Amino acid sequence: MSGENPASTTEYIQHHLQNLVYGKLPGGFERHTENGTEVLAADTWTMAHGATEAAAMGFWAIHVDSMAWSIGLGIIFCWMFRRAAVRATTGVPTGVLNFVELVIEFIDSTVKDSFHGKNKMVAPLALTIFVWIFLMNLMDLLPVDLIPKVLMLAGVEYQKIVPSTDPNITMGMALGVFVLMLYYNIKIKGTGFIKELTMHPFNHWAFIPINLFMELVGLLAKPFSLGLRLFGNMYAGEMIFILIAMMFAAGAGTGLVTGGLNAQFFGDGTNGFFWLVIFAMVCGVCWMNLRGKISTGRTVLLTLGLLTVGGGVFALGGGLMQWGWAIFHILVITLQAFIFMVLTIVYLSMAHEEDH
Amino acid sequence: MNINLTLFGQMVTFAIFVWFCMKFVWPVIIAAMEERQQKIADGLDAADRAMRDLEAAQDKATDQMKEAKQEAAGIVDQANKRANQIVDDAKQQAITEGDRLKVAAEAEIEQEVNRAKEELRASVAGLAIAGAEKVLEASIDDKANRALVDNLASQL
Repeated sequence: MSGENPASTTEYIQHHLQNLVYGKLPGGFERHTENGTEVLAADTWTMAHGATEAAAMGFWAIHVDSMAWSIGLGIIFCWMFRRAAVRATTGVPTGVLNFVELVIEFIDSTVKDSFHGKNKMVAPLALTIFVWIFLMNLMDLLPVDLIPKVLMLAGVEYQKIVPSTDPNITMGMALGVFVLMLYYNIKIKGTGFIKELTMHPFNHWAFIPINLFMELVGLLAKPFSLGLRLFGNMYAGEMIFILIAMMFAAGAGTGLVTGGLNAQFFGDGTNGFFWLVIFAMVCGVCWMNLRGKISTGRTVLLTLGLLTVGGGVFALGGGLMQWGWAIFHILVITLQAFIFMVLTIVYLSMAHEEDH
Repeated sequence: MNINLTLFGQMVTFAIFVWFCMKFVWPVIIAAMEERQQKIADGLDAADRAMRDLEAAQDKATDQMKEAKQEAAGIVDQANKRANQIVDDAKQQAITEGDRLKVAAEAEIEQEVNRAKEELRASVAGLAIAGAEKVLEASIDDKANRALVDNLASQL
């Protein structure tokens, strides 16, 4: 997949942005397999091969990779914090407990700053959101090609390892928050909630339709902005990682030698002219061997060295850029997790406050 | 980028994790942290109290020291006074004793003088008799006798 070939570049990006989908293919769908075209007789639950099949599945599909990574990371979060909770003592805290307490202290103070109602759920909710989203975003810092490539060798066709680049995941959480918002609005305010929707901002019965429209838009905008902000930021970040990886050797983030070897074997996204130069140099080495100037053993070593260095130069450049963007991205992933948490607290706080 | 069942899968997962966190993580850690906070506050209180106690004890010790010093100074003063008094008394006594001795000595001297006078008087009679004897033995020279007797008398 050379950088000069637009078709394969698109293919590379699309492959990276395709989830591993398990879902229901409708009856009558034409399936292109290795054995030719196959028309499905009835609805079939299966793994999607490619974007077309995934699109054909429509709503009745599930992103296996997103769900697996998200649940896995959630379990890591629960396990780590539960372990700290079990070990929590009133004595001197050490190790992980220290870190966990730092996080909890931070969340607790943030919640106390912006949430003034009485609700035992808000603080644990904020903790879960912050740590979980942070962990999901953190997956972005793994080299883009590392896990998909490894899993591909193991036979898994598609893999998106950053769950927060999947709108289903971010919107799922945002809708969860939205449900809680509605629940507490109705529970705390009762009819006051309806009054808030209809008699605000113009307190007159004639304005009820306008008020309702404005307030409903405002209300619905909250979960959408919450979910799409996180998705947008993470998607863009992931995209830049992919673009950098494509400009240089794919998977270059893993380092000089591995990146170089990767470029040798997969040849992803490298410059043809550059490889021509390397090829010429290798040919030169071989020619000198034929002329008897250097021994065969040395020829093999020199060839391998040239190939590794050739790949390594690209890998190093790509690796440096990946590294730079990753450092910048550390800020983004933390900030996005924090923003999601703070907005959740603020929305729930608004649901608890009687006067608007 | 389709919206599909994953959305609801994530919602359910989200709910489960929040519930877990609310049930088994947050309260436990917060309780431990609050308890520790209480413990630290208590400890600091105790330290403060101990500090105050120490200060009070130091104050008390200083006071006692001052008192003791004062007492000691008083005792020394008193002792000095007493010593002076004793010296004065001794002086007085010595003077008195001296006076007494002087008077006694003077009395004795007077006594001795008187006794000497008595003895002299006694011897004057003898001398007079002896003179008279001599005068009688020799020619009586009135003038010479008189001069003799006067001379004797002036010697008395």
